[in-house]
Amino acid sequence: MSDDEIILSDLSDDELVLQMHDDLYDGLREEIEEGVNILIERGWAPYDALTKALVAGMTIVGADFRDGILFVPEVLLAANAMKGGMAILKPLLIATGAPRMGKMVIGTVKGDIHDIGKNLVGMMMEGAGFEVRDLGINNSVDAYLEALEAETPDILGMSALLTTTMPYMKVVIDTLKEKGMRDDYIVMVGGAPLNEEFAKAIGADAYCRDAAVAVETAKSLVSRKHNQARA
Amino acid sequence: MTDALTKLLNSRDWLLADGATGTNLFNMGLESGEPPEFWNVDKPDNIRKLYKGAVDAGSDIFLTNSFGGNASRLKLHQAQGRVMELNRVAAEIAREVADTAGRPVVVAGSMGPTGEIFEPMGTLTHAAAVEMFHEQAEGLKAGGADVLWVETISAPEEYRAAAEAAKLAGMPWCGTMSFDTAGRTMMGTTSAAMVELVNKLDYPPLAFGANCGVGASDLMRTMLGFAAQGSERPLIAKGNAGIPKYHDGHIHYDGTPELMAEYAVLARDAGVKIIGGCCGTMPEHLKAMRAALESRPKGPRPTLEQISETLGGFSSASDGTGDTSDAPKRERRGGRRG
Repeated sequence: MSDDEIILSDLSDDELVLQMHDDLYDGLREEIEEGVNILIERGWAPYDALTKALVAGMTIVGADFRDGILFVPEVLLAANAMKGGMAILKPLLIATGAPRMGKMVIGTVKGDIHDIGKNLVGMMMEGAGFEVRDLGINNSVDAYLEALEAETPDILGMSALLTTTMPYMKVVIDTLKEKGMRDDYIVMVGGAPLNEEFAKAIGADAYCRDAAVAVETAKSLVSRKHNQARA
Repeated sequence: MTDALTKLLNSRDWLLADGATGTNLFNMGLESGEPPEFWNVDKPDNIRKLYKGAVDAGSDIFLTNSFGGNASRLKLHQAQGRVMELNRVAAEIAREVADTAGRPVVVAGSMGPTGEIFEPMGTLTHAAAVEMFHEQAEGLKAGGADVLWVETISAPEEYRAAAEAAKLAGMPWCGTMSFDTAGRTMMGTTSAAMVELVNKLDYPPLAFGANCGVGASDLMRTMLGFAAQGSERPLIAKGNAGIPKYHDGHIHYDGTPELMAEYAVLARDAGVKIIGGCCGTMPEHLKAMRAALESRPKGPRPTLEQISETLGGFSSASDGTGDTSDAPKRERRGGRRG
């Protein structure tokens, strides 16, 4: 271990990207903002800065959260650092017409006022480059439908912490089916009392045990959906 | 003057706490999304029935219906101005039930988490958390609670804030955390770390432990984790009656009264003094637990193997305590800053 001060701008591109992965891991927001600015000054495409430095770094954070090496406080700090970098990249990504990762509408179901897990999923999804529209807590079928129509997302995410509110997810999915909208969206569900079996029983596409699993699932289901659309 | 809980702890080998609050109230018709604390004022007979259910089943300690009775939780229902009232009434009804039980029964004033995240990750400050808990504690005290009962905490900062609030209110307290993430709390606290946290408090709880989480076997692993630290302070175990399962639109907990009786005996044999249930634990579970504690002789401290054989497997391979030399970790680049 060296205590030498690291000067980001002295590092080669490869070294800088690795250092940014470490800095994301440590939740160093200012250092991430500086790193993003350096990459852009060096002529990096905003999309490359996003995927190779930020998203790749958050993937490591997500894997270690999934494996019980990192816990919620560290993940929140990393997501906060990621947000700093994203704020710089967002206008540049729009200006350069970079490909989108995908979009998600997420909310806690009606009757349920718990939001820590849902917030965590939202932050990790943003950290992975997804656009997220958070509907907050206590959402009725109508609130979900309205948001789906307004946002046309790839993914609908529903969260519940109570055994008494989780059956409401089925109400939402059944309404989507009735309206012939079910296949327009990937439906992912999560929350402490849920499990794989429940998700299958109510007709969701996936149960996500935690925020890291949600991100991995979203990535693979969205790319599958895009491939099908192209075929 | 010695408080009621200390007196009871000094006179008995184990105490039976209560079971579920939410599960019981939902069975009485509480709607999802409706704050249970409103019922203290709107449907006091149901709350009396909830309390009596635990006392009649043999509980020596029961918790008031005030889990979400802090300003931050009540604000979700625009009731942040009713903290004092709702908590006071929760404790008053409890006092009445305890005083007519015909034996010593302790009223424990339930205080759940604020639901907010502390600085710097979130916005909650230590001072604001202390203020919220203190306000709730004063309400419970005014209604006649014997002891404050802080539960389902995941952040060490929040546990410390609750301790400070109990001190300000001049009330004895107990505090349990919820170990639901690979054997740790959501915020990463291990059972060993909780013992250290408790030992460092300048106003420590009368008893500490774990509640809720992921079923009885995980909870028992946490108890062994506490015991391994050699703490002299009484331990509390309040585990869920199994794991919620979904059947034809209904949810039920898969832990039978027989299973919870086994859990109670294992907890006592592990050195736990205060034994109760949490979500899904109904009066019939409590009765079975009491009968088993009274009839079965004390055995040696159970091993992890005995626990998983009797109660089912654990949710994760490790709980982050003991030998962690082979635990996965992230190799880092050299050079660090600030």
